[in-house]
Amino acid sequence: MTRLANRIAYGEALVELGRRDPKVVVLDADLAKATQTDRFRQAFPERFFNAGIAEQNLMGLAAGMAATGLIPFVSTFAVFATMRGVEQFRNSIAYPNLNVKVVATHAGIENGPDGASHQSVEDLAIMRAIPNTTVIVPSDPITTKKAVEAVAQTYGPAYIRLGRAEMPFLYAEDFQFEIGKGAQLRDGYDLTIIAVGNMVEKALLAADELAKERIRARVIDLLTVKPLDEELILKAAQETRGIITVENHSILGGLGGAICELLSERYPARVLRVGLQDRFGGCGNPELLHEELGLSVDSIIAAAHRLLK
Amino acid sequence: MTTRSVTELQDLAWELRETVLQMLHSARSGHPGGSLSSAEIMSVLYFHVLNIKPEDPKWPERDRFVMSKGHGCPTLYAALAKRGFFPTEELFKLRQNGSILPGHPDMNKTPGIDMSTGSLGQGISAAVGMALGLKYQGLSSRVYALLGCGELQEGQVWEAAMAAAHYKLDNLIAIIDYNRLQIDGTNAEVMEVEPLADKWRAFGWHVQEIDGHNVQAILDSIEQAQKVQGQPAVIIARTVKGKGVSFMENQAGWHGKAPSDEELKQALAELRQRRMQQ
Ligand SMILES: Cc1ncc(C[n+]2csc(CCOP(=O)(O)OP(=O)(O)O)c2C)c(N)n1
Repeated sequence: MTRLANRIAYGEALVELGRRDPKVVVLDADLAKATQTDRFRQAFPERFFNAGIAEQNLMGLAAGMAATGLIPFVSTFAVFATMRGVEQFRNSIAYPNLNVKVVATHAGIENGPDGASHQSVEDLAIMRAIPNTTVIVPSDPITTKKAVEAVAQTYGPAYIRLGRAEMPFLYAEDFQFEIGKGAQLRDGYDLTIIAVGNMVEKALLAADELAKERIRARVIDLLTVKPLDEELILKAAQETRGIITVENHSILGGLGGAICELLSERYPARVLRVGLQDRFGGCGNPELLHEELGLSVDSIIAAAHRLLK
Repeated sequence: MTTRSVTELQDLAWELRETVLQMLHSARSGHPGGSLSSAEIMSVLYFHVLNIKPEDPKWPERDRFVMSKGHGCPTLYAALAKRGFFPTEELFKLRQNGSILPGHPDMNKTPGIDMSTGSLGQGISAAVGMALGLKYQGLSSRVYALLGCGELQEGQVWEAAMAAAHYKLDNLIAIIDYNRLQIDGTNAEVMEVEPLADKWRAFGWHVQEIDGHNVQAILDSIEQAQKVQGQPAVIIARTVKGKGVSFMENQAGWHGKAPSDEELKQALAELRQRRMQQ
């Protein structure tokens, strides 16, 4: 199966956007090659602004540019975008509701060999808590492109979380991406696996394994973490025996947290959260890290067994 | 741009001070010290320098003003009302529920506010972004930002300063309300910011140092700053915190509290006397 890193799809989508709309500008903080905004820099050097290694100012510059009517896309690693610059995002972008799109890469523990200092396991919890902010986690190159286009066309602050690894194409080119709408990738009535980002592929693999045991798992790629697709989640809670959330993020406050919040108020149901168990990532090969830290296909299967027991 | 004489601008500065204290008194909270210290600067900007249209606050070609020291907004609100951006009655709803004038500037609530600020150090970054954005769009508008001296302790200010020089933003003019006081005491006691002019020079800015209560000096320095090419300009305006009210001048204690009925009466009497003597 051909694979492509979502960040490459992002870089390509930016160039397409840039061609269509002169109001699109791009800012980075000395990571343009890694985040792939370099593609935009090559195509439109006069519209690319390096803030240097200064993420607080990066957010402020984007805010000011948006205040003059431009549509800034801002990229750096997720850990720096959402933690070094978070108060700037909150007060200079989200509070004034400025049209800035933060597209962060290397989220989760995929930045394996760099170790935990460069990984981001808290960003969804942080960004989701900020009012006015849309939070999207694309799972493949197609949804990445569509998410970038969608936020460019929808006024307001947005956070798009991208990983580092190469992802399979899970969707066809004609997929109708809509902010706030998840996609049900597998039908099933025994349990529901709701995943985001690079964990969607693993959720599908887990569902395949479970099928061999005659356990039919519904698989949902939630795509947008805020606003939540409440209808799809409530339906899954009503129609299956429980929900497993799967994210390359802490189990606190991210996808799992969001779903527990919704269900505890609207339709109390059993939820098991697969993700980092309130700990930092680690150093090494990302796939091995996934195994070590409970983010593997096997951890999803184990959770399914626990849920159905 | 409106053309006003030095005497008129000075008189307007005194009027702003009176209005500000009345506003803070009716709000029962707010920041008098840093609002009074910037009165001449705000008078010169809003009644002479800024190219703005009260009837069209979002006019794309307008000059921008960013109150980076957001807590100093009462003077800005008073100036905006005087220029006709909104009715004067609004001033006396400052900081109240449902008011268009919150404790710190909100660009979505108040006509004439170009950027929401309040978290120190952030406004100057946004001003740099605006200057970049305006240049990219081929607009000749300028961006003015007012910073506090305590605010300069924020690292983000220097990130922004570096970026403004790097991008050669000669459409950006920063003014520092250098009253030497912050909340916990003087800059020297809390965290020294000197040598200030050297710092800005080292960061690649055109630097002027003036008396921030001298209207002519403010006018001249802005005119000079507008002529600078290929680099941003900063005006370090030496001011007195609480300027114009004897018991507030140079008192850190008057950073963030409203005058009582009695204090307001005395303060207004003093301000009116100073204004008459002008
Ligand atoms: C990031 C941030 N930290 C702390 C504060 C609280 N605060 C408000 S005003 C102030 C002192 C500001 O001093 P200065 O910049 O010198 O302003 P001025 O004396 O002119 O009022 C502080 C610490 C804040 N608004 N923002």
